[in-house]
Amino acid sequence: MPSPHNIFTLKDTLTENRIFLSRIVVIFSFIVFLMLVLISRLIYLQIVGHEHYASLATRNRIKISSIPPTRGIIYDRNGRILADNLPSYSLEIIPEQVPDLDDTLKRLQVLLEIPDKKIAEFHKQRKRRKRFINTPLLLRLTEEEVANFAVMRPFFPGVDIHARLVRRYPYSFLTAHVVGYVGRINEKELKKLPPAEYRGTYHIGKNGIEKSYETLLHGKAGYKEVETNAQGRDVNVLNVVEPESGTKLYLSLDIDLQKTAYKTLEGYNGALVAIDIDTGGVLAMVSRPSYNPNSFIYGISNKEYAALRDSTDRPLFDRALRGQYPPGSTVKPFIGLAGLEHDIMNFQSKVYCSGYYQLPNHKHKFRDWKRWGHGSTDLNKAITESCDVYFYNLAVLMGIDKMHDFMTKFGFGEKTGIDLDGEKPGLFPSQAWKNKVKKQPWYPGNSIITAIGQGFTLATPLQLARATATLANRGQIVTPHLVDRIVYANHTTSKIQQPKKIINLKPQNVDNVINSMINVVHSSSGTAKRLAKGIKYKIAGKTGTAQVFTVKQNARYNEDAIDYKLRDHALFVSFAPADKPKIAVAVIVENGGHGGSVAAPMAAKVMQQFLEDNNLLDEN
Amino acid sequence: MKIETRNEHFQSSSIIGKILAKLHIDTLLFVGLGLVCALSFLILYSASNQDMALLSRQVIRIGFAFCLMTALAYINPDQFKRYSVGLYILGVLLLIAVLIMGDVGKGAQRWLNLGFFKFQPSEMIKITTPMMISWYLSKHGFPLKLKQLVIAGILICMPTLLIAKQPDLGTSLLVASSGAAVLFFAGLSWRFMLITGIVLTSLTPVLWHFMHDYQRGRVLTFLNPEADPMGSGYHIIQSKIAIGSGGIYGKGWLGSTQSKLDYLPESSTDFIFAVFAEEFGLIGSFVLLILYLLIIVRCLYIALEAQDTYSRLLAGSLTFTFFVYIFVNIGMVIGILPVVGVPLPLVSYGGTSMVTLLASFGILMSIHTHRKFLPH
Repeated sequence: MPSPHNIFTLKDTLTENRIFLSRIVVIFSFIVFLMLVLISRLIYLQIVGHEHYASLATRNRIKISSIPPTRGIIYDRNGRILADNLPSYSLEIIPEQVPDLDDTLKRLQVLLEIPDKKIAEFHKQRKRRKRFINTPLLLRLTEEEVANFAVMRPFFPGVDIHARLVRRYPYSFLTAHVVGYVGRINEKELKKLPPAEYRGTYHIGKNGIEKSYETLLHGKAGYKEVETNAQGRDVNVLNVVEPESGTKLYLSLDIDLQKTAYKTLEGYNGALVAIDIDTGGVLAMVSRPSYNPNSFIYGISNKEYAALRDSTDRPLFDRALRGQYPPGSTVKPFIGLAGLEHDIMNFQSKVYCSGYYQLPNHKHKFRDWKRWGHGSTDLNKAITESCDVYFYNLAVLMGIDKMHDFMTKFGFGEKTGIDLDGEKPGLFPSQAWKNKVKKQPWYPGNSIITAIGQGFTLATPLQLARATATLANRGQIVTPHLVDRIVYANHTTSKIQQPKKIINLKPQNVDNVINSMINVVHSSSGTAKRLAKGIKYKIAGKTGTAQVFTVKQNARYNEDAIDYKLRDHALFVSFAPADKPKIAVAVIVENGGHGGSVAAPMAAKVMQQFLEDNNLLDEN
Repeated sequence: MKIETRNEHFQSSSIIGKILAKLHIDTLLFVGLGLVCALSFLILYSASNQDMALLSRQVIRIGFAFCLMTALAYINPDQFKRYSVGLYILGVLLLIAVLIMGDVGKGAQRWLNLGFFKFQPSEMIKITTPMMISWYLSKHGFPLKLKQLVIAGILICMPTLLIAKQPDLGTSLLVASSGAAVLFFAGLSWRFMLITGIVLTSLTPVLWHFMHDYQRGRVLTFLNPEADPMGSGYHIIQSKIAIGSGGIYGKGWLGSTQSKLDYLPESSTDFIFAVFAEEFGLIGSFVLLILYLLIIVRCLYIALEAQDTYSRLLAGSLTFTFFVYIFVNIGMVIGILPVVGVPLPLVSYGGTSMVTLLASFGILMSIHTHRKFLPH
């Protein structure tokens, strides 16, 4: 029999057992519940969020690094390189692979005569980079330095020479305005560029062909998919897509002709544009003074840039493309043709030139450049001798709007559409233009000076060359362009086609005007008659002298008495051979004086060389 | 009354079963623990980037821990009861010693350098605290009165606070929960638990005040890991990426990219579950959790079958602590709990926690295999 004490204990034990059992059940349910919480969270992460986290894991793991393409090379029409890529060597160090960095740097300092400043700079950069990434110590090593290091390389583990391709312009000043240059991408450009294409590229075309054909020259960036670990070290290359080099550009430019044109302008500020009449290809395009485009590649120094920018001769300014000058008498053949086409007069109609022109009931005398006049003048004489009064008279009869419409067909007042950025349109005025822009009515006096290329009229050398080429081409419009053919990375070539547009002109009128232009050079009274000496073919041309400032009534223009910068600009437009036109040239020589004596010989020299080099003279 | 030692496995027919029974090893528990350890080797090999040296170190540790488990299983639980007080006092004294002259590691003082090996008294106290409370309550316990509650509370708080001071939030949490579990199994009234819960919740701001900066940081990070993705939130974000990218079927063994490429820190220790879930997916995680649950069920059964108050309280508490390990670790890795340094039991690389855990399983086996048989 159990004792009372035992009964109490037993009862107590039973209660205790009961409570313990219930507590075990509670704790078990609690544990199961929390397990379910864990599982539901796992379901959320691994099923619901799987895609999201999987992509995050991939992004963690795979780094895409860009492989920059090689920039396309630019050639002239004969395959001579105008812009290419040369390796630039830099000395780089991977700190991780260097056993004793301080010792290595000391020995390098002795070997390559590195200033302490560069070492300090290196340390600064190194601290910002990972130990396994190369940090540059020296940039732009000379060939000698490269050779010196190459010999000692085995003694410098972790130090190596890296080559990068850098743009170079072998013809330097000669092609600066045409080819342009590349420079470091600035912030503004960075925002506009497609980031994937330009990752890993530090330079972009800033000017000229380099700018206008940037997309083609740049090529297509390749990329490398690399598996990287958390420290950013490459572990494994998963996929490589090779870059596609930029396209090769063959310009219509003839670098020999360009050289001649550049030389012939020596000593002057001015521009010369030569166009291949058959194709519209620009053969030479010079603006002087010029600059060295190679200076811009690494970033030009402030001092050097300031010198270029502040020079009164404005070397950075592309006069051929952007220089807007009064075309002066060079417009006369076109105005004359306009008169013929509009039947204002015929080729034989004569005007008496007494040295000046007066509007009916007006006292103002519009003077001819020849003080005593040309006498009885027809269009041939008016062009050959560049009579102003003839054209004053014609302008008043024709009116400005007919003149404007006709000249616009030849591209005056409009951009030529050449494949370069920043072209200026020039200006050929009309009544509407004056009303709108000047808020003034058109006066007959305005028409008078417009007819001799003065007043509001402005044209670029490129426009003049183009208009002349179009005239030589008998109204078939010549559209100038620099790139002749594009050779793609896959070796296919595309050739630039000239758009076919024709100005309807009566052949007789064109013949008459061109004959008059031949007389400018080949008749004894022509303003450019000195060119005719010694050539077997015919040149058609027109001289021009553009006034920089207005000579007062009754005053005489005296070249020697006035400041050089106020002297007249000398112009000459021409093409040759006159019977089978191949090349058209326009020249502007700032403050050069008379077109016939200064500008015309330059054009003649360029045309002569072109015709000779291309064997276009045999038949004559 | 005739009292004899009963061991059901004496009837077992197989030789292995007989050996295990002779060694006082509980077969089911042994198999469960063995399976988890096998999974651990598998995943450790992958998480350590196939570091054979690391893996063999862990195998040796587990071997040692299994020996300790077997030794403890062989000891009669009455002996544990007898030495409970002494071991507890020793543990607390060692904790004080650690605070005075312990080694500093990772910004916390946790180790006593005993010359030949480093000893972490906080691990020992994880077992001795529930032993002490079980002993105390089995002596004076039923039904639980306020006086005993207060004394038990003090006995729990002493080691807990000493460990929190090291600071080691994870371990102090485990010690506190093991003590509290004993009270729970001893029949702590629901009303009291509710009141304690409310009081503790209202004390949170005070607790915040006493927390170390890095602990506060962890809580803030837990609340919003994306606020500092490259800094303190990095662990949790990378761990979630690992788990989520694993999907249902996982990336396959050795297929983890997050740990292989070092994106996941602590991938072979505290965050090893992330690697496991990345490689074996939801299905693998589910299997692991089920294995854990089976071990827990067996342990709870052992507690239920235990024949005296001390044994059942201790068994229940050790089981619950095992679960707290699992829940706190996985909860942290999957981003539902703040980051506290608690390893995944039996799986994470590291010796100390492994030894403690298997020691507690040894005690559980001892309790089960040394039951006194009561005749009908």
